[in-house]
Amino acid sequence: MPPIIIGQYVPVDSIVHRLDPRSKLISVFLFILIIFLANSFIAYGVIGLFIGAAVLLSRVPLSFIVRGMKPIVIVVIITFLLHLFLTKQGEVVFQIGSMKFYSEGIIQGTYISLRLLFLVLFTSLLTLTTTPIEITDGLEALLHPLKRLRLPVHEFALMMSIALRFIPTLLEEAEKIIKAQSARGVEFTSGPLKERMKAIVPLLIPLFVSSFKRAEDLALAMEARGYRGGEGRTKLRILTWGLRDHLLLLSLFILTAILVWIRFYMK
Amino acid sequence: MEINIKNLEHRYMPDSPFERLALVDVTLTIPPHAYIAVIGHTGSGKSTLIQHLNGLLKPTKGEITIGDRTIRAQEKAKNLKPLRKKVGIVFQYPEHQLFEETVEKDICFGPMNFGISEEAAKQKARELLPIVGLEEDVLQKSPFDLSGGQMRRVAIAGVLAMEPEVLILDEPTAGLDPRGRMEIMEMFYRLHKEKKLTTILVTHSMEDAARYADEIVVMEQGKVFMHGTPEEIFKEPEAIRKVGLDIPETIEFIIKLEKKFGVRLPRHAYTIDALADEIIALLKKEGSL
Repeated sequence: MPPIIIGQYVPVDSIVHRLDPRSKLISVFLFILIIFLANSFIAYGVIGLFIGAAVLLSRVPLSFIVRGMKPIVIVVIITFLLHLFLTKQGEVVFQIGSMKFYSEGIIQGTYISLRLLFLVLFTSLLTLTTTPIEITDGLEALLHPLKRLRLPVHEFALMMSIALRFIPTLLEEAEKIIKAQSARGVEFTSGPLKERMKAIVPLLIPLFVSSFKRAEDLALAMEARGYRGGEGRTKLRILTWGLRDHLLLLSLFILTAILVWIRFYMK
Repeated sequence: MEINIKNLEHRYMPDSPFERLALVDVTLTIPPHAYIAVIGHTGSGKSTLIQHLNGLLKPTKGEITIGDRTIRAQEKAKNLKPLRKKVGIVFQYPEHQLFEETVEKDICFGPMNFGISEEAAKQKARELLPIVGLEEDVLQKSPFDLSGGQMRRVAIAGVLAMEPEVLILDEPTAGLDPRGRMEIMEMFYRLHKEKKLTTILVTHSMEDAARYADEIVVMEQGKVFMHGTPEEIFKEPEAIRKVGLDIPETIEFIIKLEKKFGVRLPRHAYTIDALADEIIALLKKEGSL
């Protein structure tokens, strides 16, 4: 069995890890907006530098970042090729048989690929440096104003944190059941596809049974400890917004300013 | 079937920040038809060790030979089914593996995976019920309608139905009441004797280890800390206590007795009855009875 990493969180200590999840969430949101400002190689270069600095500061091993990027590479390649084949603007750069490749195609393809790569890189930096629970807490805090609109923000956050809390437990349970059933001759990883599909049943049924049992136990335990919903409830993990969070947002504003300047004033 | 473990090392999640060394240079030979107890406290590597014996885990270094099959760290382990048929594992809380609609189907599941006909498997299931201490009328019930203890017995029957030559028991009595514990441990011992099974018992209980095992392997921090017959092991009660394990009450009693009266007693009385007999024999020899 390959090792299973919950979310993608990498537990090292760095300034990025210590940032308030709220500032990280806001930054990711801002970043998604401002990346659309970039439309020149200089602009992408600036964003690249910004992300490079963030990656360095996060002290996440590069191998993890590369691993996280793998699934997106195919999408990037396809987008690039689509642009390469379908854009018919600018000069013909080279020709293979009757296929002509235009300069605009190459440029646009590169832009879009870079944009995709940067987006995934930056968002995965959030999940690499922030525990799922922190993200939930941050979201709850950021969405708190929506409570006025009678949206069940606390319940939503509670559901999310319970779900997240039980992912490792369920994975562990699944691994145990896979082992027990493998010992009884089930083949999960080899053999014909049909057999492997059938092997899901002896895995899923015990998993469901124990999940229901767990849910019941958890509800009981929560009630026994006097849980009554979110009203007046204090937090174990108090989010603290510090200087570094101001700096992060400031740096994003500076990045935005630079991108705006490059786009509209630099000629 | 002889089991040979040579310089076995196991790392969980190698080359990641979560890497953990679970077994270090374990070398161990388990003779055929032996009853071995592997003992150690939580995290000592005992569960990791036994999962190597039927290819559920692959060594990161070293090799294991089980009968005619050798699993090496460098090679890809393919076609593990014949090995898994020979080595049955009763996991901790085995009732968590139940999933079929009826008890009968669940017991037949293992053997049928290994190519035994449905008829033969059903026959096997019926034979096994009295052995694990269940009535025949549970066969058509859903395993989820049974009590915890009964579910445990069904799950054990499901492993025994595969007719393994090596039976590995990972704390098979965890969470059972004292009577259930006794019954199940006695049943495994009977099977071990009657079917000449090689039995490997993983346990926290020194009492069980002492009572049933020919040899005891004490694990500590992924290493074999001590290995020998119960008598050899209990010659060093201090070493055992040092790794956070208890010695059986009867041995404790003998040690105190020896200290107080300056006598010598053999250290192989693991039940209160056996201990009483030893003391009577001693008193007779001394002439005070």
